[in-house]
Amino acid sequence: MSTFSTAGGSTEVSMQEPLTGTLIFERGAAESRCVEAPPLDVPAISLDGVLGGRARTAPPALPHVTEVDIARHYEQLARANFGVDSGFYPLGSCTMKYNPKIDEHTCRLPGFARVHPYQPEETVQGALELMWGLQEALAEVAGLPAVTLQPAAGAHGELTALLTIRAFHTANGDARTKVLVPDSAHGTNPATVAMCGYQVVQIPSDDRGGVDLEALRSALDTDVAALMLTNPNTVGLFDENIMEITAAVHAVGALAYCDGANLNAIMGKSRPGDMGFDAMHINLHKTFATPHGGGGPGAGPVAVTEALAPYLPGPLVSREGEVFALVTPERSIGRVRSFVGNFGVLVRAYTYIRAVGGEGLREISEQAVLSANYLKALLEDTWPVAYDRTCMHEFVMSGGPLRKATGVRTLDVAKRLLDYGIHPPTVYFPLIVEEALMVEPTETESKATLDRFAAVLTRIADEARTDPDLLHGAPYTTPVRRLDEAAAVKNADLAWRPEDVEA
Amino acid sequence: MRFIPVTCEERVEMLARVGARSVDELFSDIPEDARLARPLNLPEPMTEIALAAHLESLAGRNLDGGRVVSFLGAGIYDHYVPAIVDAVVSKPAFFTAYTPYQPEVSQGTLQAVYEFQSMICQLTGMEVSNASMYDGATAFAEAALMAARVTKRDKVVVSGAVHPEWRETLATYVESGTLEVVEVPATGGVTDTAAVAAVLDGRTAAVLVSSPTFYGTLEDLEAIGGIAHDAGALFVVATDPVLLGVLEPPAAYGADIVVGEGQALGNAASYGGPGLGLFACRKEHIRQMPGRVAGKTVDVDGRTGFVLTFSTREQHIRREKATSNICSNHALNALAAGVYLAAVGAEGLAGIGEACIAKAHYLEAALVATGRFKRAFDAPFAREFALRWTGDVEEMQRRLLERGFLAGVDLGRFAAADDGLVLFAVTERHTREVLDRFVEEVSAL
Repeated sequence: MSTFSTAGGSTEVSMQEPLTGTLIFERGAAESRCVEAPPLDVPAISLDGVLGGRARTAPPALPHVTEVDIARHYEQLARANFGVDSGFYPLGSCTMKYNPKIDEHTCRLPGFARVHPYQPEETVQGALELMWGLQEALAEVAGLPAVTLQPAAGAHGELTALLTIRAFHTANGDARTKVLVPDSAHGTNPATVAMCGYQVVQIPSDDRGGVDLEALRSALDTDVAALMLTNPNTVGLFDENIMEITAAVHAVGALAYCDGANLNAIMGKSRPGDMGFDAMHINLHKTFATPHGGGGPGAGPVAVTEALAPYLPGPLVSREGEVFALVTPERSIGRVRSFVGNFGVLVRAYTYIRAVGGEGLREISEQAVLSANYLKALLEDTWPVAYDRTCMHEFVMSGGPLRKATGVRTLDVAKRLLDYGIHPPTVYFPLIVEEALMVEPTETESKATLDRFAAVLTRIADEARTDPDLLHGAPYTTPVRRLDEAAAVKNADLAWRPEDVEA
Repeated sequence: MRFIPVTCEERVEMLARVGARSVDELFSDIPEDARLARPLNLPEPMTEIALAAHLESLAGRNLDGGRVVSFLGAGIYDHYVPAIVDAVVSKPAFFTAYTPYQPEVSQGTLQAVYEFQSMICQLTGMEVSNASMYDGATAFAEAALMAARVTKRDKVVVSGAVHPEWRETLATYVESGTLEVVEVPATGGVTDTAAVAAVLDGRTAAVLVSSPTFYGTLEDLEAIGGIAHDAGALFVVATDPVLLGVLEPPAAYGADIVVGEGQALGNAASYGGPGLGLFACRKEHIRQMPGRVAGKTVDVDGRTGFVLTFSTREQHIRREKATSNICSNHALNALAAGVYLAAVGAEGLAGIGEACIAKAHYLEAALVATGRFKRAFDAPFAREFALRWTGDVEEMQRRLLERGFLAGVDLGRFAAADDGLVLFAVTERHTREVLDRFVEEVSAL
């Protein structure tokens, strides 16, 4: 049997295995099994025979593990992860609000989870009614009458909307070549413009953080297909000139597109359709509390005006009396994906909207904005805000002065926050603010959490002044610390392979 | 229900600290014309009990796979999902996390992504996999765009035997006209190889096929890949990952990019989404690959760790010069796929693949033997097959549904040329008893 020996004769009781680093491939043993295929109850076949000589000759090197190996492995990985349930997650522009557990229950009901997209419509009336109800609710919140639920994510919604706008112009015999994008925009906006074959024209921001109206007017001509604008924008401000902006866009025959990333600030207070926008996408995984899943899946429904509705991708859900059906608009741009959309995400968002109701949505936006302004008020003496105005649901602080005074960068501050059990804000975005920290508390955090965050950030600013090296070296409490990103590119180790073990 | 922890008293304190008299004052930047002067016209809030009942009632109006025998496939399959899969993806530390931009507190997600990528490489035989796309259709469209970037050519050749919704998605993605798509019709349920050769030229960036095809048949990948490479084009192969325990991987036929719908790997059918798009390629092309990828590295203390890498391809760095606009992907579905593949292992996956194929061939032979269905194609097939119904398809499906069977996908709904064809999918969940019962019902029609 095993013999235990310890160095120096002392008994070591704390020999914790690191949470991460041991791959699932390195666990278990060759004979370990978890789920086995059912025994064959039909006559056996010659695989190579029926497959016409295409049978696999060497098996894939997948893990050999038992169920307990899997349970422990992923539990350890989970413990090395930080989610909204772990603690405060004020990641600006990402709306990391609490994800209600009822949503996780409803999306797993067999009547939603075990339904096939090609079932006859009469066998999925409940699913179609849910989608129709969600379309209607999103149309009401957006102030835009027609909604497609197909897009799988925000960027996918942007692509869908821009292609819809392109089809509208094309149908009017009006080929246009350019799309205007503010310099504060998310990277997905210019990337989407390029995918649609348009040229990006960047519009500067003015000194109050809004669109520079002069610059916008001089960039607008009949070659412009659309303006893509996030409002409230990416510095957390509502553009006071929004009516002038959309009017100027319309004056040259262009359309106004709203990136709905920041919809959580304005529900029940103001609607993009009423601001003069012609189209918008809505991130269900932000505003409507569906979980981010470690990077997805989300859903990015698109809402548009009556004029754009005929060009939306199909299928949409229509209602006639008590019967719901899938329909494709007359002049549709076609599909942007397979099947009807990320239905499991749609179920969660619908559940959330019905949970809180219309008044609840307004209250959510009001609290999100109040919490952001409160946090800004607590912090602005220590951390200069980029624009000294009432903010919406988020605000941007500049780490520039701290860096000049102490050499401590925003990156160091972010890493130090991890030691206090707080997920850092979005850093180095938007690009127009030096050493930016973009803070979005969301409405689901208590006052005590906001107070603690402010106290921690104030303390970190003190640490920067008294002991900058402490911050340069942070974090100290995480499973791993400052990873070598250059080495990751250089080594390009993107997959485990059995050869590596044998070598 | 409410999910706001701030109390009324605290709200007053917070307003005082902000220096505002009312919450409305915080919204004063919104011009009068843009303000909503009425409440949102939406239903009243519900308690959790009432809400659960409402959703259960909606769900109850759908015929779920537990209450019917379904032969529907065409991209979404009703495979058994092991209990351990949902146990893992239900961990809040996974599903409530964001994109792992702060690697120190995201090692769980990042390592799981790296392991997923490794498994997809093992299945497909490719060197690199990304962290997932939205679905098979968008992965397919992005593969065409990537091939154009790699080859600096502006035309792709697509097989008519690829899923029609994937072809339609590709057509939408290239609507701006930067990439010409030439479709080659299917003959006998597979790609017409001679027709591919006829349209290939120096402008062709890629030949895109699917094997199994939309019709369930298997392509002659060796021949098509050879033709593509002879013309200097990339070879893009869409695959069905569940079958890769028993089917030779696309890399064995020289595939340059492999895509697929990954729903069948541990994800619910969920009315068609979210599944996940699989995307794998050669290492030499990585800088043109769309989407996120995790890589292994070390930290300052020399410990193994994982980060998102090769980010200079992506929109948050490269903006309009990015390889794609994709940001959110289907990470949680990829996690489910990884857990699924770990749970079944190579032996389980091979057993499931063999069960699907053996049962599909058993059913196909029995349905043809009824005399009511005719064999549509001669090409070999795997776990899905198209048969020609001798009568009215809609009527046949209606009558079998009354008997508790979803009798395949009516292919006439996608193309008039396929009128009369019905596509049947079989999984390891179909028992011989159920298959025999279905054949009896067909015979009795």
